Amino acid sequence: MSQAVVDTAEVGRGATRSRPWRILFAAAWGQHRTKVGVAITLALVLIALIGPFVTPYPPDQGVENQLPFAKPSADAWLGTDTIGRDVLSRFLAGGLSVLILAGLSTAIGVSLGVAVGLVAAYSRGKLDDLLMRGMDVILSFPQIVFALVLAATVGPALWLLVLAVALTTTPRAARVARGAAVEIVERDFVRAAEAIGLPRRRILFSEVLPNITSPLVVETTLRLTFNIAVVAGLSFLGFGLQPPAADWGLMINENKNGLTIQPWPVVMPIIAIGLLTIGTSLIGDGLNRAAIGIERGRRGSE
Amino acid sequence: MRGLTGFVVRRLLLGLVTLLVASVVIFATTQALPGDAARSILGRSATPESLAELRRQLGLDKSVVAQYREWITGFVTGDLGMSLANRLPVTEVMGERLLYSVFLMLIAAVISIPFGIALGAVSARRRDGPFDQVTSILTLGFAALPEFVVGISLAVLFSTTVWNVLPSVIVTEPGVGPWHYPKELILPITTLVIAVVPYTARIMRASTVEILESDFVEMARLKGLSESRVLWRHAVPNALAPSFQVAAINLAYLAGGIVVVEAVFNYPGIGLLLVDSVRVRDMPVVQAVALLIAALYVGLNLLADVATILVSPRLRTSLE
Repeated sequence: MSQAVVDTAEVGRGATRSRPWRILFAAAWGQHRTKVGVAITLALVLIALIGPFVTPYPPDQGVENQLPFAKPSADAWLGTDTIGRDVLSRFLAGGLSVLILAGLSTAIGVSLGVAVGLVAAYSRGKLDDLLMRGMDVILSFPQIVFALVLAATVGPALWLLVLAVALTTTPRAARVARGAAVEIVERDFVRAAEAIGLPRRRILFSEVLPNITSPLVVETTLRLTFNIAVVAGLSFLGFGLQPPAADWGLMINENKNGLTIQPWPVVMPIIAIGLLTIGTSLIGDGLNRAAIGIERGRRGSE
Repeated sequence: MRGLTGFVVRRLLLGLVTLLVASVVIFATTQALPGDAARSILGRSATPESLAELRRQLGLDKSVVAQYREWITGFVTGDLGMSLANRLPVTEVMGERLLYSVFLMLIAAVISIPFGIALGAVSARRRDGPFDQVTSILTLGFAALPEFVVGISLAVLFSTTVWNVLPSVIVTEPGVGPWHYPKELILPITTLVIAVVPYTARIMRASTVEILESDFVEMARLKGLSESRVLWRHAVPNALAPSFQVAAINLAYLAGGIVVVEAVFNYPGIGLLLVDSVRVRDMPVVQAVALLIAALYVGLNLLADVATILVSPRLRTSLE
């Protein structure tokens, strides 16, 4: 542990010119958990990306001569699902939607949150209070409850699911962005940028934002982990992709009642979603430890 | 107002204002619906007269502001309106289910809070040793797993394919409390405990580590006290402040966690009610359950803040 701290401190001093996130990734890569996390995540991302192109059968059609909930056989390696479709094909085709929906909602939510956090930290006073108390309103619901209320209004729709999950991500990212930016806006280079009359948007995005990338990268990974869970959970509850789409969450929903006879259409997506969240959280933990190490190193050298 | 009372009062007011705005957000969702509740109850074939009659009954002929005022005063006084799905009062629909949910949450909390605190404290004491390393990896992994992944894995392991020893769904009769189904409760409770313990343990470990490195613990060690005495008599009581906070946050987490877990095990609480009502778009029930969960959530977070201030002398004096 202490060794890691020394290393990251040296990386920080030796490479002051390179971007902070590069230092962060280099330090995170030095930890086993990050490598394991990257390996797991990469494997699942590859399955999700390549899977749809290599399905043995069309994922939304039944397999000939196969009954519903058939056991694994030479024709269907993982058996068939509740209406006789090939489980392996549906599994291979069903990962992409989880990745896209979780990735998109995290990207939108974190971007919005960073914008809110930066403006709040920079403006202080009434606007700061108003923005952050507004964020508290979204935080007064558990993520899934907020998404469900929105789903009740419009009915199941994918854009709505992305919007709902993004909105629940925003306040959490905003808090982190604000917390990190509050110190930075007091620094001399921000004062200098103000003195030469740079517009506020330039100051926030070119002067302040590059200095808070480390906590934001850590937070984004954490949010991605939670959002994979929420997106897959909403699909599982029936508010994500609609039949006959192939989707890991939906597969669990459709085949839950046949668990005793034919577990594979439930077990495969469960394993995949579980591994994916473990993978991203290992990466997040590696990044977090690296960020703490760099921070300690910097404090120590000052 | 200054000092401790001032802080508590300010936090309380802030929480109330947040909840009030949250209730407006929830209420606004009905207004966004195309058509109105009367039409969705009576269907397309309804005559204009019967629509107008039902609108008057439901208060839909009044202004939006008046409707909101009626709804929110109703919520405070315990009148939550009528369910659109079965035309029963929402309070009646929720009644027993609330008992089921609270029972589930409390049992999960009673098991997970002490377990999480003990696990965190022991990890902190054996910091970087094998126990701590294994716990750290395990809690990290389990904290990442979605509740439905844990729940269904347990169902696969214990109630279907591998060992068929426990029921994975609960079939209840009206008027019978949840404590009549101890076997059916095992899997939902275990799922919630697995979801919550890693979180508790990690925060407890972090705060205990900080305290074990502090001056007064060093002093206790220099006095020659045994390591376990240092941990349990000097370090742990000071780490309790954050663990009170963790406990409250934990319960708040459970308030959201029950939604998915109840759906997995078909457990008849307010979480499953919320999911079912969203499915048929029974807005009065959705609104009532959402606001109830929000109130619980905000209240528990508030409790966490106040408890932290109350049990930590340093924070308390800084306010005075």
